[in-house]
Amino acid sequence: MPPESITVAGSFGTPPLAERAPRQRALASNHVTGWLLALPLTLVLLAFLVLPILMIVVVSFWTATEFSIVPAFSFENYEFLLGSDVTWRVLLNTVKYAAVTWAITLVLGFTVAYFLAFHVRSQTWQTTLFLLCTIPFWTSNIIRMISWIPFLGREGIANSALLSWGVVDQPLDWLLFSDFSVILAFVHLYTLFMVVPIFNTMMRIDRSLLEAANDAGASGFQTLWNVVLPLTRPGIMIGTIFVVTLVMGDFITVRFMSGSQSANVGRLIQNDIGLLQYPSASATSVMLLVVTLMVIGVLLRLVNIRKEL
Amino acid sequence: MDPRPRSFYVLATIFGLFLLFLYGPTITIAILSFQGPEGGLTFPMRGVSLHWFRDLFQEQAVGDIWGSFGRSLALGLMVMVTTVVVSVMGGLAFRKRFRGSAILFQLVIASLVIPSILVSLGVGLIFSQAGLPVHWATSGFGSQLTWTLPFGLLIMFAVFNRFNPAYEEAARDQGATAWQTIRHVVLPIIAPSLLGVALFGFTLSYDEFARTLLTSGSHNTLPLEIYGMTTNVTTPVIFALGTLTTVFSLVVIGVFLLTVALVSRRRARAGSDAGRAV
Repeated sequence: MPPESITVAGSFGTPPLAERAPRQRALASNHVTGWLLALPLTLVLLAFLVLPILMIVVVSFWTATEFSIVPAFSFENYEFLLGSDVTWRVLLNTVKYAAVTWAITLVLGFTVAYFLAFHVRSQTWQTTLFLLCTIPFWTSNIIRMISWIPFLGREGIANSALLSWGVVDQPLDWLLFSDFSVILAFVHLYTLFMVVPIFNTMMRIDRSLLEAANDAGASGFQTLWNVVLPLTRPGIMIGTIFVVTLVMGDFITVRFMSGSQSANVGRLIQNDIGLLQYPSASATSVMLLVVTLMVIGVLLRLVNIRKEL
Repeated sequence: MDPRPRSFYVLATIFGLFLLFLYGPTITIAILSFQGPEGGLTFPMRGVSLHWFRDLFQEQAVGDIWGSFGRSLALGLMVMVTTVVVSVMGGLAFRKRFRGSAILFQLVIASLVIPSILVSLGVGLIFSQAGLPVHWATSGFGSQLTWTLPFGLLIMFAVFNRFNPAYEEAARDQGATAWQTIRHVVLPIIAPSLLGVALFGFTLSYDEFARTLLTSGSHNTLPLEIYGMTTNVTTPVIFALGTLTTVFSLVVIGVFLLTVALVSRRRARAGSDAGRAV
């Protein structure tokens, strides 16, 4: 892999006086070309991201009758939302799912990436095993959730195995349609979002640093803790951003894997939508957006994404 | 070579278990989709048959599977082409700093982290308030782009971070115009990465659920159809469908990997053909 080429900022040093005029004209045309090239991207994001979010914010102040929504400037959606203790319980549940899933995917993802990056010696094997870890990303999440049913059900593989080994006397009920199965599905779906960025960062660590640590008498664990882990932090941060946002914004996994017995904020929104209560759904969405952006805002301070690609 | 440390075997075991965890369930439903006609959603197998696959081809049994597959395929191709073109243009734009580029980049990251149901809800609201019907090829298409474009663009960033500008300088020195430089030098060099962007564009669209939930209108895409089935279908027919669409995804990924392997082998043998077309 060639070293990173010229950074963008590098070409903007102050040129000698004589060169400035044509240079500035070139800069102006840079801006125009840049904008023309970025125009389609900008238009798509404006039309399908910025406008919809603005629309949600506006509608969150509207009111609803049984059949339609009415433009207004009312705080009743927020009053109801923030005044209900259901909201806070569900929000807490959402954060709990995110935190537990984050912790598990981090440990699992780090271990898998560490094995791939530092223990697999042949490059062919490394590529093959890495691909094996990423292929599920390109298949359907819903199918991958459905595929847990034969494992976790009352008469599923897990229960029959536990029964026949004599570990339990009667089938466990909490394997499917519980917080356990929700977290299991999250880990199953999203661990690779940790593996990929962490592996990517690990592959850039200069191997001579590890040798230096070894020469200086560090044990394997000390090297891992004091050298590898700090250098892997950017990858961990990017993985964290993915996992946290995916889990916080989820509604389908929680609905499906909890058998509608648990709720997170996404489920609240989906419920309101099902009842055609769009203003209320919008207010809940704004709350979810604010919470998510606060978390991401903190995380983005800890990593520069463009530098890590 | 040094002998393997003991930690290697521990980690290799964990890795193996992780792969089992990743693929085990999918393989299980693949096996169960061959249940006999009397079989249920779990083991034991009651005979082996193609009964449930046959059910898929009889429309009355499970709704409009093939129609939704056709729509998902068309939508996936639309999103794929758009994602490649727009991401390459965006990637080229971001190589130089332009006014507002920092804000645009923030917007791209926002597009990645904003919960998908918000995009779905917002786009649905705009269309309904504007009196436009939602349709998978308009509102659904745009909503999916907010998910595929950030991935495409981040891949392009990674590509251009490693791109050696000497090739372009050489082309310019020889009198190539900006367009000729891009067409005959830059694009051929980054072509394999564009295949990657295309793979992301297609598969992310083909499997997308949340963003199309409120934006696809009365004609479902395949993931929406499958989601609908989870609430009212209690036979292995859903496993058969899951197996078929997973096989389809795997074929797409396989074709992609094969193409990349062929391209890079040809390059290794004959060198890059960048610049030969002039």
